[in-house]
Amino acid sequence: MGEEGELAAEKHVRYIVTAEKKKDSFESLVMEHLRASGAYWGLTTLDLLHKLHAVDAAEVVDWIMSCYHPESGGFGGNVGHDPHVLYTLSAVQVLCLFDRLDVLDADKIADCILLQIFNITGLQNEDGSFSGDIWGEVDTRFSYISICTLSLLHRLHKINVDKAVEYIVSCKNLDGGFGAMPGGESHAGQIFCCVGALAITGSLHHIDRDLLGWWLCERQCRDGGLNGRPEKLADVCYSWWVLSSLIIIDRVHWIDKEKLAKFILNCQDKENGGISDRPDNAVDIYHTYFGVAGLSLMEYPGVKPMDPAYALPLDVVNRIFLTKQQ
Amino acid sequence: MGSSSGEEGEEQWVPPSRRPELADVAPLPQADGPCPVVSIAYRGDFREVMDYFRALYAAGERSPRALRLTADAIHLNPGNYTVWHFRRVVLEALDADLLLEMHFVDQIAESNPKNYQVWHHKRWLAEKIGPDAANSEHDFTRKILAMDAKNYHAWSHRQWVLQALGGWESELQYCNQLLEEDVFNNSAWNQRYLVVTRSPILGGLAAMRDSEVDYTVEAIMVNPQNESPWRYLRGLYKDDNNLLVADNRISDACLKVLNKDWQCVFALSFLLDLLRMGLQPSDELKGTIEAMENSDPETGHADIAVAVCSILQKCDPLRINYWSWYRTTLSS
Repeated sequence: MGEEGELAAEKHVRYIVTAEKKKDSFESLVMEHLRASGAYWGLTTLDLLHKLHAVDAAEVVDWIMSCYHPESGGFGGNVGHDPHVLYTLSAVQVLCLFDRLDVLDADKIADCILLQIFNITGLQNEDGSFSGDIWGEVDTRFSYISICTLSLLHRLHKINVDKAVEYIVSCKNLDGGFGAMPGGESHAGQIFCCVGALAITGSLHHIDRDLLGWWLCERQCRDGGLNGRPEKLADVCYSWWVLSSLIIIDRVHWIDKEKLAKFILNCQDKENGGISDRPDNAVDIYHTYFGVAGLSLMEYPGVKPMDPAYALPLDVVNRIFLTKQQ
Repeated sequence: MGSSSGEEGEEQWVPPSRRPELADVAPLPQADGPCPVVSIAYRGDFREVMDYFRALYAAGERSPRALRLTADAIHLNPGNYTVWHFRRVVLEALDADLLLEMHFVDQIAESNPKNYQVWHHKRWLAEKIGPDAANSEHDFTRKILAMDAKNYHAWSHRQWVLQALGGWESELQYCNQLLEEDVFNNSAWNQRYLVVTRSPILGGLAAMRDSEVDYTVEAIMVNPQNESPWRYLRGLYKDDNNLLVADNRISDACLKVLNKDWQCVFALSFLLDLLRMGLQPSDELKGTIEAMENSDPETGHADIAVAVCSILQKCDPLRINYWSWYRTTLSS
């Protein structure tokens, strides 16, 4: 049984560090394509817990760069895999954590996102949406991924931001939320992508904050946890998706933070570390990250503050945007 | 936790190294980075298939045996987007039978219904096949939604097929059916909204509004503790508050629900919105609210909207801050 109480930070650090090294498991086979994202989840969590130095920065940067495709300018999910915007963002975020964006040719990566990873005819699709890759997926998740990556690289000016914003706004629903496509059901994960992208592009005026804020705070269930859609079970990952959106639109005080924190703490494996989706379930690195990130957004003691739009520790984001650019 | 890959199905699975058709191929092992800090020890058969796949992929070989190898690689890991991409390249080069391919991906999708690649592949195929694919695609998403009525991928695909290829004819009926099965299914309510607002054969929201209000009010009466129809009801009066306030069926519904359960947050909040929009409360409504307030001697407000808001502060403590804020927006 999970027991409420303190954040078992030390245990989580150990869980992440050993998970990074665990090699021969079925999970690693299935997760093979998520490695760059897995690295981002684990390392961001370490940083939030002030323990980024528990890993060898040079080794991580070397591995990340071995996933880089110099000819296209994108990152694969692992060594030898094709580039994809999802992993390109994760790789850029990891490099941000270590303050090593200097190893990248930012223009090359931006151009890759524009030319190679999006469609060949160039830049965005006509309706302003992004394609996930040269194979043409259209989903607001990709709007976020691209806008966030370009912004971290100081290359947002390379895209037609108005078009991108217009498309995101076309995915807005009458409940104030956003779906993956125009007409798609509001979903907390998609809402984060849309709200985050609108925040980064300075377009939050397109959001009805009170209406969306109410939908988001209705996501809090009796057990204190947050769900992603009406009538779904609470899950620790929505502590991130819902909470970050609420913070961006300045409505986070509309939920019961104390109850949410208790819910997350109840999902800890206090013996072996890690956080699960719900109390008493098996832990994984994804939910460990979302749990700690959620606590960070609620200013939990001992956890670094997180930037809700860029999904990186605040000091990392400040370092990127407040230091002088050449 | 997930089920193991490489299951039965194909009676006798022969590893690539023992297939005569691949005898001339030199497998290409994964290039580990300079510092394989996070390298994975792969299972033997997985490694072998991928090594052969990599060889044909690197050579850009667009052949039937390459197609078969991508099928093996997909069976072992349906999440590998490189394999799927290469499969599409090969399919195009071979001018392959698209219906047969749809059958292949459907089988994979059935056991991996939340995998992005399979849905993307289906969309690519459906786009190539054109409007003829609409009905069979709708049948397929129905099948997936019968297993999980809220699968976001399946809904996205279904909505895309409707809007790109058609097949709207029985969609409202399908929504009815799903809501009969589970009136709490928010995805089905969302789909209903899509149909009512975008179906080319129903005449649009204005034409559908009246009957939809009846349908929704009935659903609310069956189970008032259901967020979805309350939100749907607001959607039916998209940006037209005056029409909403003027529709007596809605304030009546709130009143009816509250007479049975005066703590129903959805009814209270809807009523509150109506009042803020200018609803003139009937005497009956006033009486009901007063009676509620009397059950709690601490309160007692002349303004009926403020009264409703203070009731909400009491019966929805999780969101007390929201209701407190709301109260500040009412009269000064």
